[in-house]
Amino acid sequence: MNPARRDYWNRERMGLWERVYILEIFRGLGITGGVFLRNLWRWITFRRGALTVFYPEERRADYSTRNRGRHILTLRPEGTPQCVTCNLCATVCPARCIEIESRPDPSDGHHPKNPARFFIDYSRCIFCGFCVEACPEDAIRMDMEVPNLPAERKSDLWVDLDYLTTWKPQRDPAKKYPPADGSSREARR
Amino acid sequence: MTATSAALLDIAVHAVFGVGVLGTLLGLAAFLTWVERKQAAVMADRIGANRAYLRIPFTNVRLTLLGLFHGMADGLKMLLKENFKPVPYDRIGYWLAPWLAVAPILLVFAVVPFGGRLAPAELFSAEGSGGFAALGRFLGGLFGERSYPMQIADLDGGILVILAISGIGILGAILAGWSSNNKFSLLGASRAASQMISYEIVMGLSLLGIVVVFGTVDLNAIVRQQSGALFGVLPRWGIFLQPLTFLLFLTAAMAENKRVPFDLPECESELISGYFTEYSAMKMGLFMLSEFLEIVVISALITTFFLGGYNPPFMGDGGFDLPFYGLVALPHLPVVAIQVGTFVFKILLVSSLQIQVRWSLPRFRYDQLMKLGWKFLLPIALVNLLFTVLGCWLFQGGGGG
Repeated sequence: MNPARRDYWNRERMGLWERVYILEIFRGLGITGGVFLRNLWRWITFRRGALTVFYPEERRADYSTRNRGRHILTLRPEGTPQCVTCNLCATVCPARCIEIESRPDPSDGHHPKNPARFFIDYSRCIFCGFCVEACPEDAIRMDMEVPNLPAERKSDLWVDLDYLTTWKPQRDPAKKYPPADGSSREARR
Repeated sequence: MTATSAALLDIAVHAVFGVGVLGTLLGLAAFLTWVERKQAAVMADRIGANRAYLRIPFTNVRLTLLGLFHGMADGLKMLLKENFKPVPYDRIGYWLAPWLAVAPILLVFAVVPFGGRLAPAELFSAEGSGGFAALGRFLGGLFGERSYPMQIADLDGGILVILAISGIGILGAILAGWSSNNKFSLLGASRAASQMISYEIVMGLSLLGIVVVFGTVDLNAIVRQQSGALFGVLPRWGIFLQPLTFLLFLTAAMAENKRVPFDLPECESELISGYFTEYSAMKMGLFMLSEFLEIVVISALITTFFLGGYNPPFMGDGGFDLPFYGLVALPHLPVVAIQVGTFVFKILLVSSLQIQVRWSLPRFRYDQLMKLGWKFLLPIALVNLLFTVLGCWLFQGGGGG
């Protein structure tokens, strides 16, 4: 070895097998080829041969059940939103991304106000979850699904009542609706 | 049949061959972009390309077909991109370079046989009635006894033509880098030049081993000689006669192709994209296409020299000649179909091996690349050639084949 060259502590020390190089190439190709054939066989036999998923269509396995994803407005059994338009969520929202327009609902004596329109601006929402905390009626929750954020226009990021009330409760194992312990307003009444 | 009409027939047949081969080559190259993506993904526990789709008109059915349309989307994207025109050092060279990169690769394939002899008159039986019999009678009347080797140019000096034309490919890279008026391009071009010249030598020397063993430079003859049996059980393929030559040729050919273990001419991490930094849109696409075309052509050459060419093991133009069993004669149409199908199958297999190498091995450093070429592969090629010559002299008494 050149004496002027320092002998580093992490200098690679290779045996004859590694020095020949071509044998190590075959070993490396064997490893990658083995993984390739194993995964290919899994795909061919209709199993999953990958650690990744078809992301927006499939839910990632590593989502927490308490993930703060898209907002949902819970519904009463008869189908109207549970929201009473008290505006607490819009007030507490640090991003000021909630807009509620209320309307009177004379048919329901217990809940005289209903949201006529309910907007959340996902271009500003920071997913802090304060709205969920503030709501006295358990009317707004956050699902573990993430919203479909890519949009062509800024206005497409404003989600409305239709979007917010399409909720599939069976996808939210953390919170069943109506709650089984009878704590909901309907059960107490 | 007059001489003129016979010549016209020959021209027609070769035109069909040429167009068919060109279409197949470009199709395979586009297909390989998909293979590369998917194979790399499956190797790395990923899913890979799966988004591009064709929508069936008037329905909402979207065909993704495992992402097969990504190649189409890529091609379309490159055609539609802005054709950016920089101020090159040499305008003509700048425009010429992508074509000089693609054309030699396509030309090399002209001498590669993709099937045995094709006798159009024997394809369909002329007896009986029905469409096929009528077709058989028509072809029989048209072609008579004429037969054609399934090859665009049936040249005696096939290997020499391959070496000569594939050498032109260097010019494309050099010209692109030199005319671009860009230091990254120039560095990439100088690297490409030295790398390709170095490995051209190894490639030529390793092919000499094949020439010595088979005693001919005619590709058709080489393939025909490989249809026999070795020691009674092995097919008499070049890879069994010359295993070391196979490795040398594969390495040299992959170095010629400038893909990842040898991608110093374009190395994305240091030279942006090397000698074609200044190219955009379809001019860049031609360089990319030439890479994938070269994978196909290298696979075709390796198939021809080392893997029995267009024949499955123990098969000749007449049918199978199995060891321990004897001759199994086949009609002409299945023979032609099997030969062309086998050739494409082998090409895909070897291409897959090249892609496997590309996604498995780390890159060389530049000095390592030169060291590998001149201090490792070249001596081995020379020694291999020496032993091949000695072996042939001892066992075959000086004559080839």
